[in-house]
Amino acid sequence: MNIVCEHLTYVYDKGSPFAVKALDDVSLTIAEGEFFGIIGHTGSGKSTFVQHLNGLIRLPSSKKKRYKPEKGEILPTLKVGEYDLTSRKTDFYSLRKKVGMVFQYPEYQLFAETVKDDVAFGLKNFSKGISKEETERAVGDALTACGLDPKEVAEMSPFDLSGGQKRRVAIAGVIVTRPEILVLDEPAAGLDPLGKREVMALLHRLHGSWCKTIVIVSHDMDEIAENCTRAAVFSEGKVVMCLPPRQLFKRTDELLSLGLDIPLVAKICLALQRRGIEIDCDFTADDFVAKVLALRRDRR
Amino acid sequence: MKDVAFGQYYPVNSFVHRCDPRLKLFFLVAFIAAIFVANNFWALGACAAVLIAVVALSRVPLGKVLRAIRGVLILVIFSAVISVFFYSGETVYWKYGILCVTREGIFFSVFLIIRLFLLVICSSMLTYTTTPVALTDGIESIFHVHVLALIMSIALRFIPILMDETERIKNAQKARGADFESGNIFKRIKAIVPILIPLILSAFRRADELGDAMDARCYMGGKKRTKYKKLTFSWRDLVAFLTAAALVTGVALLRVYVGGM
Ligand SMILES: Nc1ncnc2c1ncn2[C@@H]1O[C@H](COP(=O)(O)OP(=O)(O)OP(=O)(O)O)[C@@H](O)[C@H]1O
Ligand SMILES: [Mg+2]
Repeated sequence: MNIVCEHLTYVYDKGSPFAVKALDDVSLTIAEGEFFGIIGHTGSGKSTFVQHLNGLIRLPSSKKKRYKPEKGEILPTLKVGEYDLTSRKTDFYSLRKKVGMVFQYPEYQLFAETVKDDVAFGLKNFSKGISKEETERAVGDALTACGLDPKEVAEMSPFDLSGGQKRRVAIAGVIVTRPEILVLDEPAAGLDPLGKREVMALLHRLHGSWCKTIVIVSHDMDEIAENCTRAAVFSEGKVVMCLPPRQLFKRTDELLSLGLDIPLVAKICLALQRRGIEIDCDFTADDFVAKVLALRRDRR
Repeated sequence: MKDVAFGQYYPVNSFVHRCDPRLKLFFLVAFIAAIFVANNFWALGACAAVLIAVVALSRVPLGKVLRAIRGVLILVIFSAVISVFFYSGETVYWKYGILCVTREGIFFSVFLIIRLFLLVICSSMLTYTTTPVALTDGIESIFHVHVLALIMSIALRFIPILMDETERIKNAQKARGADFESGNIFKRIKAIVPILIPLILSAFRRADELGDAMDARCYMGGKKRTKYKKLTFSWRDLVAFLTAAALVTGVALLRVYVGGM
């Protein structure tokens, strides 16, 4: 399923003194199979954008019978696969099965007595009347895919797990329904370095096999450089750039002026550049090392 | 933060907003007293006129003000209907068993409706124009109970936070296919559990964190605390005070000299 979004604008608490324009004429296309990154300063509208993708925030035209656009309003397009999110006839419930969403700090949404029950929650909702054995199997698969041992954790209370484990249980609770697109809002935020690595490794394992497309919101540029096929930069509700990391992180000055960071590899490349050594890499550690070694070989 | 009109501050700068919270509390009490002392349409009209002036001065949009009524509309209609049918009077229009409709009964229920509306609008004006913090400051300075004011301001402070939190959890469970809108009442109650448990846990967590933060800043309750912002009366408060005093006196005089309807 491709995601096509054009001229999307969203205002929170429209018409009140609290009104905030969170998205301003956003146009983005995310192709099936991508590992897509979304970066941007705090409050730039990243979370608001991703919540549109499974209809948690709905466009006004999909809520009212006869929606009258305001004067001068450009009508947005928002399509996820065959689902047209601007239409009132769209089945948002089945859309949510296709587009899994992992929120910021997803461990705070755990509620069931056992890990098993919590992971099965989405499955029971989306696949009504699913048999007990099937549920058990699907839950086991999801936990294993998230790097947890079902035998060990399935019967435990989710509140007795470590932070990183909780996070992975929460992710398992979303992927258990096998969504085609998996959206994650800062999946590694607040974890220790090991937890972060595990979550990113887990996403890599899921990508392509379990979920075709992954969209991740992140503040960690190393994560973006290492994993993403493309990344969009949000600023004040607008998309200012949308490029593969290789080109994106060459535009250092722009990123820094938006209050964003650049990957460590990009910083090293800059430092080398100042000493007169140009290295053209895609800002992953592996590629960087390969290029440096090649350079050394050439100089010999 | 969408559906709850009561207790929602409306942030504009106006005469009413800048009045001292203590005076606004006093004004509210005086106004309520006036509404209940008023026993004829002249007196009630005077109350309504004062309230309309307050609303106009406050620059809170009329739609917002009327929204406050919506919440109590059913209650008001219910009590009005009851009093129409059960109020006994001399000019009887219709009678059936103990039920009767009289001229006095109709007057009485119209009176009741106006009274209740004035009451609700006036109280919601207080919360529209006064921040929760200012309100508790006012209460604290009147009653000199620090702990109570602290509890109140923390509770008020947490309402929007917990409401946002509820929204977030609700969205997260909706993303996992939870359905809160359909099904019979038992289904719906059961559907709340996945929201309620994380919400309660998060409330405890936040309370814990707040306690730690207060400890870390050496918070101690007690009388010796000083205020960062001292409340002071200004000319606005004098105007408001005189209005309230005039209203109560006027209504009382009308009661004595004009009498009931
Ligand atoms: N429920 C809401 N009600 C009102 N305003 C909101 C709400 N959620 C977000 N906003 C506002 O919309 C803007 C965009 O918020 P959003 O959460 O999309 O930002 P973000 O890019 O995800 O930020 P962060 O990196 O901090 O998660 C912000 O100014 C925020 O204050
Ligand atoms: Mg966010």
